[in-house]
Amino acid sequence: MLHIKCPHCGLRSQNEFSYGGDASVKRPELNKEVSDQDWDNFVYLRKSQRGKHLELWQHISGCRQWIKVERDTFTHEIFKTLKANEEV
Amino acid sequence: MAMQKYSVFSLIKNAFKGHKEWEVAWKDPTPKAEYDVIIIGGGGHGLATAYYLAKEHNISKVAIIEKGWIGGGNVGRNTTIIRSNYMHDENGLFSEFGMNLWRNMSLDLNFNVMFSPRGIINLAHSDAQMNAYSRRGNSMRLNGIDAVLLNREEVRKIIPMADFSENVRFPIFGGLMQPSAGTARHDAVAWGYARQADAMGVDIIQNCEVTGFDVSNGKILGIRTSKGDIKAKKIGLCVAGSTNILAEKLNMTLPIETHLLQACVSEPIKPILDNVVTFGAGHFYCSQSDKGEMVMGGDLDGYNSYAQRGNLPTLQHVLTEGIAMFPFLSKLKMLRTWGGIMDMSMDGSPIIDKTHIEGLYLNCGWCYGGFKATPASGWTFAHTIAQDRPHELNEGYSLNRFRTGHLIDEKGLGTKTWIS
Repeated sequence: MLHIKCPHCGLRSQNEFSYGGDASVKRPELNKEVSDQDWDNFVYLRKSQRGKHLELWQHISGCRQWIKVERDTFTHEIFKTLKANEEV
Repeated sequence: MAMQKYSVFSLIKNAFKGHKEWEVAWKDPTPKAEYDVIIIGGGGHGLATAYYLAKEHNISKVAIIEKGWIGGGNVGRNTTIIRSNYMHDENGLFSEFGMNLWRNMSLDLNFNVMFSPRGIINLAHSDAQMNAYSRRGNSMRLNGIDAVLLNREEVRKIIPMADFSENVRFPIFGGLMQPSAGTARHDAVAWGYARQADAMGVDIIQNCEVTGFDVSNGKILGIRTSKGDIKAKKIGLCVAGSTNILAEKLNMTLPIETHLLQACVSEPIKPILDNVVTFGAGHFYCSQSDKGEMVMGGDLDGYNSYAQRGNLPTLQHVLTEGIAMFPFLSKLKMLRTWGGIMDMSMDGSPIIDKTHIEGLYLNCGWCYGGFKATPASGWTFAHTIAQDRPHELNEGYSLNRFRTGHLIDEKGLGTKTWIS
């Protein structure tokens, strides 16, 4: 069982959260020309790193806020949790 | 030296010698300085690829480089299910080609892989689902794959132990059956391919980690490993959940993520289930092994992971579905659980293709369906490497289909269908 410290609610069990994937991926800015490659990078291509991984989770059965979690994808250790608008 | 053939006669002969003179099934060679082809990854797909390179294309100066031991990854961690019940042509024709290889595998490899075509039933729990299954069944039949649409009473005759009571949340409306689907002994598949590949001259090199690649002017020249540098004209990547780790060393970013999938078996019980059955209102599948264990699996743990071990919330979720389908499962004790790491592609379908690096070939993205694909994957990947172009069976499994929009979206749900 993962224990994730929601920056809004405190330490809660994994059951309350829903996973949102790699948090380092940036949506292309729509007021600019977006190439197919930009969309490909955003929609499909992922580094899927082994080790430290910054990812989005939603506290879906709690405050419903999206948060950032820095987690090790090999040991499952969680190093840090942040509000969605905070940078590491 | 010719490989010893396994038969009742060799068994009797060796019994008289006290079983002390059996030859090793495969050797433990030191790597040569150069090969025609190196396959990275000694799992089912890698071993099958090497076997078909030697058998179909007469390329036997081949090495398999395996970081751990052969068969220690997903070929030893799956739930042994073999099927071709796909709707889309790319998946259906590819998998059905594989079914024919499965049917002849024990004879072909002179190794009993215990292929058991016991049939798979996908349960339906609504009229809409019955309609969808009817459509998929018809698509399968158009591709020459056997499919039978069963109503509630027909399903009840086959699996009376399922929950057919009236007041359940997901009543059984019927199901789609592929009678020719089944199971096989997963370890035997790895060992059978390894033994034959070795006999045809393939070097199986275990405990050898790939640490880097030698690429020059867009062409692959060799690999760096924990046992030294090895040159090769062609290199095939066949490493499932570890694909992204090697891709990073090649400065490639791929349309796959590595996720964790768990499976489990119950204590052994007397024979009760002689098919593979899947729950249609969630993600749960079940069969009974020859030892009597109920073999069960379902959803991914749901977050990126390389851990090869899972957490209990997902098991609880999956087994709750299992008990909804087969209430008797609640009486059983769990014997073992384990996990493997899946190369989840963004449309749920695999990739078998060339890459932008000359001489480098990619085989990945099997999601949670890699085991059944073992022979067809090896056969088509061997063709792709030997001929330097995909076979028509794996043309659709291209690497650039995500950018061009030619996704093979079997579930019809769009990208990342496996996120729950």
